[in-house]
Amino acid sequence: MTRPILLQGGHVIDPSRDLDGAADVLIQDGKIASVGRGLTAPDGALVRNVKGKVVTPGLVDLHVHLREPGNEDEETVASGARAAAAGGFTAICAMPNTDPVTDNQAAVGFIVRQSDRAGLARVHPIGAVSIGQKGERLAEFGEMVSAGAVAVSDDGKPVVSSHLMRTALEYARTFNVPVADHCEEPTLAAGGVMHEGLVSTRLGLKGIPAAAEEIIVARDVLLAELAGGHVHLCHMSARGSVAIIREAKERGIRVTAEVTPHHLTLTDYACEEYDTHAKMNPPLREAADVAALRGALKDGVIDCIASDHAPHAYDEKEAAFDDAPFGVVGLETAFAVAHTELVESGLFTLPELIRRMSTEPARVFHLGGGTLALGAVADVAVFDASAKWAVDPTAFHSKSRNTPFAGRALTGRAVLTIVAGEIVHDLDHSGTR
Amino acid sequence: MNASATLGKDLTGLEHMTPDQIRLILDTAEPFKEVSERPIKKVPALRGKTIVNLFFEASTRTRVSFEFAEKRLSADTVNVAATGSSVSKGETLVDTARNLEAMRIDMVVIRHPSSGAAEFLGNRIASNVINAGDGKHEHPTQALLDLLTIRDKHGKIEGLKVCLVGDVLHSRVARSNLWGLTKLGAEVAVCGPWTLLPRGIADLGVKVFGRIEEAIEWADVLNVLRLQLERMEKGFIPSVREYYRVFGVTPERLERSPRPITIMHPGPMNRGVEIDSRVADGPHSVILDQVTNGVAVRMAVLYLLAGGRAELADAAKRGAE
Repeated sequence: MTRPILLQGGHVIDPSRDLDGAADVLIQDGKIASVGRGLTAPDGALVRNVKGKVVTPGLVDLHVHLREPGNEDEETVASGARAAAAGGFTAICAMPNTDPVTDNQAAVGFIVRQSDRAGLARVHPIGAVSIGQKGERLAEFGEMVSAGAVAVSDDGKPVVSSHLMRTALEYARTFNVPVADHCEEPTLAAGGVMHEGLVSTRLGLKGIPAAAEEIIVARDVLLAELAGGHVHLCHMSARGSVAIIREAKERGIRVTAEVTPHHLTLTDYACEEYDTHAKMNPPLREAADVAALRGALKDGVIDCIASDHAPHAYDEKEAAFDDAPFGVVGLETAFAVAHTELVESGLFTLPELIRRMSTEPARVFHLGGGTLALGAVADVAVFDASAKWAVDPTAFHSKSRNTPFAGRALTGRAVLTIVAGEIVHDLDHSGTR
Repeated sequence: MNASATLGKDLTGLEHMTPDQIRLILDTAEPFKEVSERPIKKVPALRGKTIVNLFFEASTRTRVSFEFAEKRLSADTVNVAATGSSVSKGETLVDTARNLEAMRIDMVVIRHPSSGAAEFLGNRIASNVINAGDGKHEHPTQALLDLLTIRDKHGKIEGLKVCLVGDVLHSRVARSNLWGLTKLGAEVAVCGPWTLLPRGIADLGVKVFGRIEEAIEWADVLNVLRLQLERMEKGFIPSVREYYRVFGVTPERLERSPRPITIMHPGPMNRGVEIDSRVADGPHSVILDQVTNGVAVRMAVLYLLAGGRAELADAAKRGAE
């Protein structure tokens, strides 16, 4: 039996119940036992004074790459779960583009067991859409879901065949899991390393036009309509995609979408000086895209923020722009970047941000958490919303350091992360476990 | 002379250079032209300096031009080609450079297929780095020799109308020319099939012509870019034959121009594709002058980066320094 925890004197934000005010939170037996003022601690409880802090449901990230099995030098399930906890995340969803690919129940079960062993943030596996992510034959969704998969995706690459995508959307209905797609039309994007626009022209780098994403977004919503399935669109980057999703939602198509903190805050100008830490796929686009993505997140056309945490070894990024791999880490900066750029700037309220980083992602993938409702699993985060800090990649818990935000002054930080009633990250005391 | 301007450690491109820095190089090249006309083509300006020509892409003209420039300045030079070196054994660019530097060199001249490779190298080693062409980004010494050739021919650059013709999309020569020409006050246009013009090019302050006839009507100078034949295989143009018919620079087309047009080409030429032989070898062609000026411009760049002062270039040339 774990020790009860009383979080005393904090400001509670629970978007699932529109709660936004001073309250204590009592956690018992791994569940939310009570939320209210003046709660008394049961015998043996750990009492934490969180005055001046914000208590929220733990953050949920639908899109991370943990590199285990295959590239454990870059990240493992345990190191990724530790980085997640340090960032205020209580649940993260691991993409299946591991080596070998997570495309069967044994591979899915391995991720679940590694997550249990680590005992930090929960790591939910995502199974592959196709065997080996080759885009040919469907993987066994049923067995993967029974082993713990919460969605299916060939992320890292798109499901190129429209027939396969339709089949996946239809077949996934039986198991009520979304099909998450990486939207990139491969012949348009071939060889591209950044957004196609003025900056790529100046730098002499091959561009990836926004249309490469928009074409697949349009195809996927049409296929979701045809198949009656749930399509989840990964890491949206282009304003044209926003317009297509908006229209699809108005027509009642089962589509959800995510956006990364970097696509909400950076443009293709970050690629100047050939900075490989600004090389990601989809690429950083233009200011008008950033504005459209922010607006879409605000009004729910884009459902949630996901980090697309993509660790890479130092040597890989220490290369000419063409030769460096796509991707950046994000778990330990996601909240602070979003908080600084969206909340401090006045565009979002803090409850709106927590909704997009916790309640909504939990709903999209049908996960527990995302709420402080009575009896809910006690996945809780405590933030110091006024904490000022500078991003120091050498201090990351992640095994990789490839962030575009190095040195950036940010406001807001997770001070306490609780998973199933157990403290897994404690900034003020023992640090992250 | 622009004695007040100096160059930085590296020459990676013209985009971030000032007009004075560009003029400094052109002015410094003037006295070096004469060295190549002497029976003994050698001055001691870079005696004792060690220069590595690091070529990750095939090149004849640029590599030989740099090598002549280095040798005529009395530098010690080594050529490293990507094939047959440790590079082909998987060594990274930065390791290759650091190993060379560990042998105590002074300068690296680099050509590389990746845009940004010269800047990448320059940021990681203490030696001077000169970009001899990086991917589709820049080829600054080519643009500088083009500028010098235009200045020789027309006596000025400011106010001239210069059109870059052909595969602008994949051309580092076009990008460097665009920056150099606009900084020195020329009007710049590009002309080619829309499949070979980069997105947003008009936002860089250049005119865009979709037809060669319009460009000829407008221009004082045509700089005809090489059409890389593999572009056809990649589907940017349907055939070389049609390219010549629609975009080829021919005497018949030039005849319609209201004024004589100076013809340039960075080489190597595809005669009968982007340019007709009668034009390439015609009275208004300065294509071989470009090659001659290439050595002088590269001598100037090497000399200035090595710390030479512009007003001493004359003295250096006489061996009196």
